[in-house]
Amino acid sequence: MDTVRTDTVRTENRSTMFETMFQYDFMRNAFAAATIVAVLAGSVGYFLVLRGQTFAGHALAHVGFTGATGAVLIGIAPLWGLVLMTMAAGVAMGFLGERLAQRDVAIGLVLAFALALGLLFLHFYTAFATQATTLLFGNVLAVDVSTVYTLLALGALSLAMLAIISRPLLFASLQPELAEAKGVSLRLYGVLFLAVVALTTAECAQIVGVLLVFALMIGPAAAAQQLTSTVTIGVPLSAILALLEAWGGITLAFYTDWPSSFWITALSAAVYVLAALPRRLRALQLA
Amino acid sequence: MNAIELDDVSLMLGGRRVLGGISLNIASGQFVGVLGPNGAGKTTLMRAVLGLVVPSRGAIRVLGQTATRGNPAVGYMPQVLSAVPQGTRLSGWDFVASVASGHRLGLPILGRQTRAEIERALDLVGARKLARRPLGEISGGERQRLLLAQTLIGRPRLLLLDEPLISLDPHHQQEVVELVKALQKELGITVLFSAHEINPLLGAIDQVLYLGNGQAALGVVDAVITGPVLSRLYGSPIDVIRLKGRIFVMSGAHDVEHDEHRHEGPGHAAHGHGAHGHGAHGEQIDHV
Repeated sequence: MDTVRTDTVRTENRSTMFETMFQYDFMRNAFAAATIVAVLAGSVGYFLVLRGQTFAGHALAHVGFTGATGAVLIGIAPLWGLVLMTMAAGVAMGFLGERLAQRDVAIGLVLAFALALGLLFLHFYTAFATQATTLLFGNVLAVDVSTVYTLLALGALSLAMLAIISRPLLFASLQPELAEAKGVSLRLYGVLFLAVVALTTAECAQIVGVLLVFALMIGPAAAAQQLTSTVTIGVPLSAILALLEAWGGITLAFYTDWPSSFWITALSAAVYVLAALPRRLRALQLA
Repeated sequence: MNAIELDDVSLMLGGRRVLGGISLNIASGQFVGVLGPNGAGKTTLMRAVLGLVVPSRGAIRVLGQTATRGNPAVGYMPQVLSAVPQGTRLSGWDFVASVASGHRLGLPILGRQTRAEIERALDLVGARKLARRPLGEISGGERQRLLLAQTLIGRPRLLLLDEPLISLDPHHQQEVVELVKALQKELGITVLFSAHEINPLLGAIDQVLYLGNGQAALGVVDAVITGPVLSRLYGSPIDVIRLKGRIFVMSGAHDVEHDEHRHEGPGHAAHGHGAHGHGAHGEQIDHV
């Protein structure tokens, strides 16, 4: 009897804790936005890691910064600037394909220039500091209801697109030569996938900012690939990890008043380390 | 019916003519070793049979139809496994399964029938247990076994195997050749098996397709691996020496394939690049 009572008390405590959090509109919006973005980022990220294209996510985010600041400058929502720029860059990267792979200096310069251009746009805009911080590091607690709906629409579109192409995409990712022989167009799926990645990057930037997109797109996916060797388990697991990290990060931010992007990124890194650690230790023991 | 018919076929690769006006027929149910130096067009020929390279002249017919991409009756094992990132945890099963209806849109969730088809292919090469392990953690020989299973999905009547012996030691090379031979007999299919040297294939293959110098020679080993035929294919005088059931190709003066040859495994260490420099002893011995 005693144990039962303790459990009930504990549950009540927990529920009041969540009730306090959900009394605020901004917290409800934050959780809704984080849920949408995490599920998308986790799923897309799995394929990104599998294809060895994690750098693409990073690059698209940098380019997206220019789009976002440009949008602010001409007075439209930064999200649309992000979406436009990342989509254009993603499709271009898809078409250039392997020709891009070995040009790290050129890519690095273009990315640095993209950030610098974003800085210039912000320079012309008056509310410089806050806007820059929000774009670079995100602020999920500042997401409003209309943004949540936009995220939902874009997220559903991206997830649907990923679901439709996932089978040939997986085949093309694992065995490109064979896939080509079986009639799968490597370029078509490469471009379509990077378009999905571009949309996902734009969505992630709303939550964790352009600099920390890795936290949601790569962290959970890389951890999931450490934990399971099966795609059909790996993709949902990656989405679930992203979801838990995003929720956990926002909750911790609420109670500590530290930035939510910090907590989400910290959780993402911690989960990856925990997922990778057992195998590393075993490898050390064997060596 | 012939498995492959080449009618006056010329193939270009990056502006260079790899094969010029080749006509030949490969009968069904044959195990054909495809040989020739690097750049002779072994891979290009396979890609042409798959419909990935369109002949600049002539026509290729595969199992009675014009060569076309996505022919389910043709199984293919590419030479390199380039895409999978190092240290991947992905299981061999998932890797092999990706080929099953891999061209169709939708989620990669497989029905019971497809799963049974994959298990059958794995059983044929004895890799059902092996397939549960992560791809990054198995040996080269085990990986070739899985790749072989992958080619069998969809019950092809023609297998194109591009250099399955590359980077395997002689022991594993023999295992792969014996496995392919057993499958070829059991399933009654046609196999094209490309390799750098003929010795591992001796005793298993029915015919040799030797490429070189834009030309090709098809026939039984004794008819093709001869001085006159190889001299024509290499464009320089070649002597063929048979020693204890093995075949060595000797060329005087400058080498025709020495620089391109990849001698792998401890058994071939003595024939490495340091062992015989250009013209050092006036002649040199190379495995074909």
